[in-house]
Amino acid sequence: MSLARTWLLAVAIACLAAGPAGAQKLRKLTFLPQWQPQAQFAGFFLAEDKGFYRARGLAVSVLTGGPNARPSEFLESGRADLGTMFLATAVSRAAAGAELVNVAQLVHRSSLLLVAKKSSGITGLSDLGMRKVSMWGGEFQIQPKALFQSRGIRVRPVPQATTVSLFLSDGVAAASAMWYNEYHLILNAGFNPDELVVFFLKDTEVDFPEDGIYCRRDFLDRNPELVRDFVLASLEGWRYAFDHPEEAVDAVMGRAIKAAVVTNRAHQAWMLARMQDIMEPDGPGTLSPALGPEEYRRVTGVMAEMGLLDDVPGYASFHRNVAGE
Amino acid sequence: MNSAALSPRRRFGIAPRLALLVLAVTGLVFGLIFLYSYHVARTMILTEVEASARHLAAGEAAEIGGKLMAVEKVAKNVAYSLEASVPGAEALGRLLSLVVERNPEIYGSCVAFAPYAFDPGRRHYAPYAFDQGRQLDVLGGEDYDYFIFDWYQLPQELGRPVWTEPYYDKDGGDIVMSTFAVPFYSAASFGRDFAGVVTADLPLEGLRQAVASIRVYDTGYAFLVSRTGTFITHPDPALVMNESLFSQAEVKNLPWLREIGRDMVRGGSAFVPFADPFSGRPSFLHYAPLPGSGWAIGVVFPEDELMAAIRSLRLRIGLMAGGGLALLILVVVLVARSITGPLRSLSGTALSMSSGDLDLALPALGQGDEVGDLARSLDHMRHALKDYIRDLTETTAAKQRIQSELMIARDIQLGILPKIFPAFPERAEFDIFALIEPAKAVGGDFYTFFFLDERSFCFVIGDVSDKGVPAALFMAVTITLFKAKADIGLDPGVIMALVNEDLAAENENAMFVTVFLGILDTETGVVRYASGGHNPPAVVRADGTVTYLKPTGNPVLGGFSGAAFVTRELTLSPGDKLFTYTDGVTEAMNQRGEIYSEARLAKALAELAGESPEEMSRNVVDRLNVYAEGEDQSDDITILALEFRGGKNHAA
Repeated sequence: MSLARTWLLAVAIACLAAGPAGAQKLRKLTFLPQWQPQAQFAGFFLAEDKGFYRARGLAVSVLTGGPNARPSEFLESGRADLGTMFLATAVSRAAAGAELVNVAQLVHRSSLLLVAKKSSGITGLSDLGMRKVSMWGGEFQIQPKALFQSRGIRVRPVPQATTVSLFLSDGVAAASAMWYNEYHLILNAGFNPDELVVFFLKDTEVDFPEDGIYCRRDFLDRNPELVRDFVLASLEGWRYAFDHPEEAVDAVMGRAIKAAVVTNRAHQAWMLARMQDIMEPDGPGTLSPALGPEEYRRVTGVMAEMGLLDDVPGYASFHRNVAGE
Repeated sequence: MNSAALSPRRRFGIAPRLALLVLAVTGLVFGLIFLYSYHVARTMILTEVEASARHLAAGEAAEIGGKLMAVEKVAKNVAYSLEASVPGAEALGRLLSLVVERNPEIYGSCVAFAPYAFDPGRRHYAPYAFDQGRQLDVLGGEDYDYFIFDWYQLPQELGRPVWTEPYYDKDGGDIVMSTFAVPFYSAASFGRDFAGVVTADLPLEGLRQAVASIRVYDTGYAFLVSRTGTFITHPDPALVMNESLFSQAEVKNLPWLREIGRDMVRGGSAFVPFADPFSGRPSFLHYAPLPGSGWAIGVVFPEDELMAAIRSLRLRIGLMAGGGLALLILVVVLVARSITGPLRSLSGTALSMSSGDLDLALPALGQGDEVGDLARSLDHMRHALKDYIRDLTETTAAKQRIQSELMIARDIQLGILPKIFPAFPERAEFDIFALIEPAKAVGGDFYTFFFLDERSFCFVIGDVSDKGVPAALFMAVTITLFKAKADIGLDPGVIMALVNEDLAAENENAMFVTVFLGILDTETGVVRYASGGHNPPAVVRADGTVTYLKPTGNPVLGGFSGAAFVTRELTLSPGDKLFTYTDGVTEAMNQRGEIYSEARLAKALAELAGESPEEMSRNVVDRLNVYAEGEDQSDDITILALEFRGGKNHAA
């Protein structure tokens, strides 16, 4: 089969899959994940690589995220049409007046945890009292702070940047870590799981759902089908990623290397597996884009209690399950 | 015996057997010695190799440590000076520029002050000189909140200098760098209050080159890992910065690699077998910490190169052992051949000798050894055999001559006896039949009969005590004497006495003879008889009754002179028979050693009573043969049977 015929066939398939809209020009979209390329976004990468976006008539340009590209800012300024954000981040922005809508809640469990070394004598959360605990800034510290507050534990907070070096060097008694990321970095700095004490926030009252897909309200109002198609294709990408982990890690590694991200396959494979744990907490195949009202209220309740919200956005206006799944 | 009888199963000769045995035992001994010496040598070489590996790694660690220390010293000196007094912004900038300019190994140096420590009005203040001192920036601000960066936070929180995890520096040309950061404390607080950190950035290219230049045999190599086990340098650039010992252990599922990694990042040092996951070659790894940095150096020694000395040793020992064995086998085979060669030739000679060739010259063989002895013995045997055979030939010839003479004597002896029956066909008064079944040896049985006058028929049966020629002669003499002395008018007892006198007179050999002599009156059937120690004859009446004559109790003839012999009388009716015999009849034996006995004879005679003397005699012999069941006949069997048929008058 000649190259030209292959191409023609591919176009024909794409047109068929896209239905009546297929004949039209592809609709352009820009999407910004909230961090640099890693398995946390594998589903989006695969939706792009496997042609799920194109099949729905979308030409999605996936921007490279990172510390200098915050989705909330990009969405508000119109530099991106869609992006991912932590639920707490988005709630915080919405409460401050940003017209952001959650169009799909992907991660339903908190992957945040506090980790300490057993050698430090810490066995329970209360042992962290009056000891140095490093915490990230912004929305990342809402949960641990709320937890310490509700348990009446006073810790000595130390700001935490992007590495766990301070923790590894015994500079702090405990550090914040994402289950899918820093926890594995600690394991792969030579600490065995049985040498560590881990406090999963998903097992506490401050279990915050995390990654969700967001866009501006006016964008959604103007392009409801576009957004719906993007979400559906992305979900398809995620399901594909969980079914084909090796291929997913390939897609991630390709982008990581391109973006000069220091990482390795072992780490991305771990991250993908943990993403499935928190995206499908009820078991494989239970991926759901719906943000439950109780999930929403848990987050806004804790944040309001901490005085972080001047005005709690209404659930109905904040979340719209465009995929309807 | 032919050669085929000798050869059927000899296919494993002495030479190969000896060679094989010697080879096996020597091989075993060689093998054990080889294994032991190899083991000892291997241990020694390994110890030596480990020591040299340790030495090499220690040297490299010291060299790299030296490079690091030079950088550390610069940053520390700046920190000390800041603890003494903090200069103004301009002087500080100049100081930093000079530091970078004078220390070309340092890419950049920074003094990052704690919030408001330099200027109460400024939260961030961090002058940074770089690019060989040509550029000076002041870092810090909302977009560069350096207080949470490792190079600031680690020394601050730990209260000691640190080397940061290596990182890619995009501003420095995307090279891998590590920053040495020293905390310093304010002079005003007498060194108690943290005032900031002094940093020095070290591009790791120099380290990489230093490590890459380490020659470890042919293909061995060295690598550096950071305190997280991440490769700082490695021959495979894809591993550097991205992969760690742990990520590789995880991806390749190598728990032992993880354990090595754990020991390396904890400052351990060891020399361990290392199935190199990167080259795939069996290797040894020596690792040691780089002091002060928390990093570690690993040196990989490919096992085959490391063990080249052992391999060559093994080869040399193996060659020597092989050569030694081959030589040994050669010698053994030669020695064995030198034995078996003559043995084979001797065995050939012996074979020829066995087939009768005793004139064969024996091969000239080694004079001083056992084979020579054997050859000489064989030659002795050959001579002895020859002599023996010659003697034997002579003896056999003599024996054959004697034998044939004996046979002639026997023929002559038997020729004396009347053998033509019926002997007196013209005499109807009686019938006589006699036979001798000679045993193998020349026996001494005899019989004879003759008329003394018209109506007196004399018959004699006897058995000389001995066998052989003397017996035959004695018998001939006895027959002759009886023929001479028997005369009409003499009683049988008198005739016996006369013959006895003559036999006893010059009987130096003390031979004797049993004799039964009867004289039949052919008219009356009266038999007058005498017996000298002879078996009692049987009287077989016409009605079939059989009785043995009562023994006379008289001695044998020839024993001593002066013996007297009684004469007895018996009357035969027509049809009665007198059956005389020698002890060869009654003492014939079967295989069980049982003699035929007078009882059996009597029974047989009763059954044969109606037959003629000849038939009766031959039937008795047949029954004896049956009775003997193939047993050899040990004595002459002699029978003389007489039937009285009635006198002429009577018959007429």
